[in-house]
Amino acid sequence: MEARAAWRNHGHGGWRRPFAAISLTLVMALVSAPWAGSAGEKRLAIYAPVTSYSVTVVDRNGYEYVGLSEILEPLGPTTSRTDGLHWKVRYNNGDSEFSAGKNRARVRGHDVDLPANFLLESGRGLVPVSSLSALLPRILGNGINFNESTRRLFVGNVTTTHFTAQLSHTTPARLVMNFSSRVNPTIGTEPGKLRMTFSREPIVAPGSPTLTFGDKIIPSANYSENNGTAEIVVNSGAALMASFSNDGRTITVAPAPQATSAPTPTAVMQPATATSSPSAAPSSPSIVPSPAIQHVYAVVDASHGGDDRGALLAAQLMEKDVCLALARRLKQELESLHIPTLVLRDPDANLTLDQRAVEANSARAAIYIGLHAASDGRGVRLYTSLLPSGGENNGPFVAWDTAQSRYLPLSQSVAQGIASELQKKQIQVRTLAAPLRPLNNLITAAIAVEVAPPGSDVLDLNLPVYQQNIVSAVAAGVMAARDRLGAPQ
Amino acid sequence: MIPRHLMIAVGILLLAVLGMGIYAARMRGRAAQTAPTTSDTRPLAPPVSGPTEQVTLYVAVDDTGTLRVQQASIPLPSTRQQRAESILRTLLEIYLSRNSSHPLGPGADIHAVYLVSPGLAVIDLNSAFANGHRSGVLEEELTVTSMIQTLAVNLPDIVHVKILVDGHDRETLAGHADLSGVYDVSAVAQVTAQMQ
Repeated sequence: MEARAAWRNHGHGGWRRPFAAISLTLVMALVSAPWAGSAGEKRLAIYAPVTSYSVTVVDRNGYEYVGLSEILEPLGPTTSRTDGLHWKVRYNNGDSEFSAGKNRARVRGHDVDLPANFLLESGRGLVPVSSLSALLPRILGNGINFNESTRRLFVGNVTTTHFTAQLSHTTPARLVMNFSSRVNPTIGTEPGKLRMTFSREPIVAPGSPTLTFGDKIIPSANYSENNGTAEIVVNSGAALMASFSNDGRTITVAPAPQATSAPTPTAVMQPATATSSPSAAPSSPSIVPSPAIQHVYAVVDASHGGDDRGALLAAQLMEKDVCLALARRLKQELESLHIPTLVLRDPDANLTLDQRAVEANSARAAIYIGLHAASDGRGVRLYTSLLPSGGENNGPFVAWDTAQSRYLPLSQSVAQGIASELQKKQIQVRTLAAPLRPLNNLITAAIAVEVAPPGSDVLDLNLPVYQQNIVSAVAAGVMAARDRLGAPQ
Repeated sequence: MIPRHLMIAVGILLLAVLGMGIYAARMRGRAAQTAPTTSDTRPLAPPVSGPTEQVTLYVAVDDTGTLRVQQASIPLPSTRQQRAESILRTLLEIYLSRNSSHPLGPGADIHAVYLVSPGLAVIDLNSAFANGHRSGVLEEELTVTSMIQTLAVNLPDIVHVKILVDGHDRETLAGHADLSGVYDVSAVAQVTAQMQ
């Protein structure tokens, strides 16, 4: 297997810095394992007209807390700053102020009592989950609908997704479920059940949580909500399979063909494959559904950061902030497609180009996506590496400056796929090679995305709808390239 | 007692003196403000005497994000190194001119171009060039590609190009375009084709 260490080429005099393999080993140890969220993690789902996403919920002093900035940032322009024990957040030009250890906040000039004290942890403002019903309408200036027990939050006039389930009396019988908008659930199977988990879709409950069909093979289905997700479980006396049609608006559940080989323990499938795999035969041992991917699949790099503000796009609008907002959105979008994602720079921090390359290589992801923003031009520009001269590999060691060379055709292919997805959304797009580090140092498919404004106003770079459109297309492009990208290394 | 008409005349004279003083002060302030812009920070033009030769320039156009081929007739020195410098300075003049299609920061200049055998050219920019450059992947790439392609097309034996700033290695031009490595002219030619 190819060694993951890389070294800088010393050709052309002393312009290349040597890279110590020992530092790579140390960094690899630091960045291993804990990037992917744990299965038992508490989540809060937010459904808004422009986007849907979820944030982590943490337990503190017997209460559930959530980061307020994490909720607000995808919804609109948000800035926050810490001043001693005070934490101030500005959303859409409305100021709110919180004090660590106090249960009273000042929101847009009004006092709001919190059910538990506000907490400040490493510059992150945490508010009790149970305070959201009081806080968010004032901060957002919008109505919300919050189900605290299931942790599902609907903001503004979000279009909810309804569904109907009807049994088709064919032989064998099939359950046809029609949804009012496209859905993309995780599907798990176990003996006697087919479980569809909707983590992103604003699905609402049917008239009754239990649907009965009076059929031997598919007698009933149950709807439930929990931990920021909605779930439909189809009960059955036989192994079931699900297939998607009608652009993801229809799911048909039918008995699986009889398996002739040993049961396969795969229990989670993506709808992009059109048909889920059948579960094990009913007589087989119980199979516990498990995530299809255990490792980070994509690394998203919010460029610049810390002292490096990047381009000053407009007064008060720095490239590093736009990159971070895009990175967070892209992570949510990718994870909603069940693609575990690591954001390299979150929150604002200094990271050198070498550090980014080492961390990305150590994560052994299937794809690296660097994010940039620009004020010139329109739409999106996709870059792959313009490799520098030189770079001879030495035995198992790959030349640092041209480490990307082996993966360049794959990177170009992925960039073309993403460009197609952007064009589908009527976003102007261009693909180019560019001398842009750390692309050339990466030993995986690697692209950079430079986002320019949609029109003449550079401030439109911050529009949630525009950002969401772009990250959706990028995520769709990555999803479409999964066969070519393969599994994480 | 002083006659009234005399007092009025003196008053008018005092007002005139005051007005002239204010006017002079304003003029002085305006002159001070405009003084820095009157100094010409553009690089020296190539020598105007001697026979001219036709050179091909790859000029960046920000509006379209492309490189435009432009021919120019300029007097060129006899040594290859000076020819390289003259050609790049001609390109720079276009960028520093009024209504430039790809403006550079004031004072941007090229210290020198060194031709190092075999086939390696080293372009040494001044710090004003890099520090005043607009930040952005495409903007920076247009600058770098434009210079390298212009140099390579007019001096075909150049196969590699290295860019320094004030004689030193620099990580990026203005936060994006990599200057730490050595550019392969054939790879840059492919990018140039994409940009036309």
